[in-house]
Amino acid sequence: MSDVKITIIDREGEAHTVDAPTDMNMNLMEVIRSYELAPEGTIGICGGMAMCASCQCYILNFEHMLPEKSYEEEDMLDQAFFVEDNSRLSCQIPINSGLDGLQVKIAPVSE
Amino acid sequence: MIKTDILIIGAGPTGLFAVFEAGLLKLKCHLIDALPQPGGQCSEIYPKKPIYDIPGFPEVLAGDLVDNLMEQIKPFEPGFTLGERAETIDKQDDGSFIVTTSKGTKHHAPVVVIAGGLGSFEPRKPPIPSIKDYEDKGVAYIIRDPEVYRDKKVVIAGGGDSALDWSIFLANVASEVSLVHRRKDFRGALDSVEKVEELSKIGKINLITDAEVVDLKGDGELESVVIRHKEKVRGEEIKDTDHFIPLFGLSPKLGPIANWGLEIEKNAIKVNNAYDYQTNIPGIYAIGDVNTYKGKLKLILCGFHEAAIMCQSAYQRINPDKKYVMKYTTVSGVSGFDGSRKEAKREVVKSIN
Repeated sequence: MSDVKITIIDREGEAHTVDAPTDMNMNLMEVIRSYELAPEGTIGICGGMAMCASCQCYILNFEHMLPEKSYEEEDMLDQAFFVEDNSRLSCQIPINSGLDGLQVKIAPVSE
Repeated sequence: MIKTDILIIGAGPTGLFAVFEAGLLKLKCHLIDALPQPGGQCSEIYPKKPIYDIPGFPEVLAGDLVDNLMEQIKPFEPGFTLGERAETIDKQDDGSFIVTTSKGTKHHAPVVVIAGGLGSFEPRKPPIPSIKDYEDKGVAYIIRDPEVYRDKKVVIAGGGDSALDWSIFLANVASEVSLVHRRKDFRGALDSVEKVEELSKIGKINLITDAEVVDLKGDGELESVVIRHKEKVRGEEIKDTDHFIPLFGLSPKLGPIANWGLEIEKNAIKVNNAYDYQTNIPGIYAIGDVNTYKGKLKLILCGFHEAAIMCQSAYQRINPDKKYVMKYTTVSGVSGFDGSRKEAKREVVKSIN
């Protein structure tokens, strides 16, 4: 079994539990886009290079299991809005088997 | 009035390559872009990042790809209107279009091609509910004329290069400069960071870190900003100021194009991908990341393909009575509008006696 279950709360507050593949080199931002849980053009604008903050999510559990923030991610979050202590750029979170049961909430769109 | 055959909105890789394909068909192009330099996202967001899926280039830096495209289209002498956003489009009686930019520059062409990617890059606005009420009444997102700030109190927010550089510059112009940043770390160029530190020590810049501007106050005009400190015990402070300049970088917005009567879906323009990437308005095409159709892939290589197809259709539109067949550059060479000529070396037949 190469899928994990991830619960994603969209910007309207609705929770979606989806199957995310661990064998497709996908990150969390791409999972959100593949299930169209946020409108195109409002998420993953830079394509996953940690160069915009449109894929910001709040991590609701498993925070300790995620990779450390890179310098680029820290910097980008620094320029973003609505940032909380549990904010991450979802494009910097690769999907792996350890993330089964992960819960995240997509941050609001900033103008 | 700038006149051209094909008016291209967006000078990213797709828009630039369209100039080449049009040039092969002897059509002249002019490009409009809101950014001050060509290249779109490749230049603005990731010039130093490698791209691995440009056919024939195992690896190319985004910035180098733009440089190469500029070199490739040079013989076709494209015109550029840079640093201006395409605002309005007006269809003329003869079916041609006039596109006017944010600075009032007018462009006239029989064919308009939108290659606008994700849209034009606009300053990011902090989510302060009252901010819109004070725009141009003390709040500005771009510094156009630094003299406006002479002997005034200025609050700048942000931690990147532009926040640092403008704080340094305005320290000698304004009566008081405060720089508010969410963290203690700044991500700008090292010498800018050091300069800000130095100016802060001698009291020329009032550095307020671990803090955010959360509200604005004033009767009509901006009078003060509310700064919230991360440290709970310090709470909020109200700081008197004449100007507030949030500098949080740029983000792309579809912008005025969204109001041109084009069919929009998923933040992109719907086109006819069975034929020529024309929009619902005849004479207006959309190519590259800005368009959408079933199976669309937002890849540079797809934009190149769409540019080539679009040019054939545009040629027919501009020259309805002329017959034309697509030619290979290897066979026909490339003849520039500048008089330059590139062609494959001819084989010489010469007998050896």
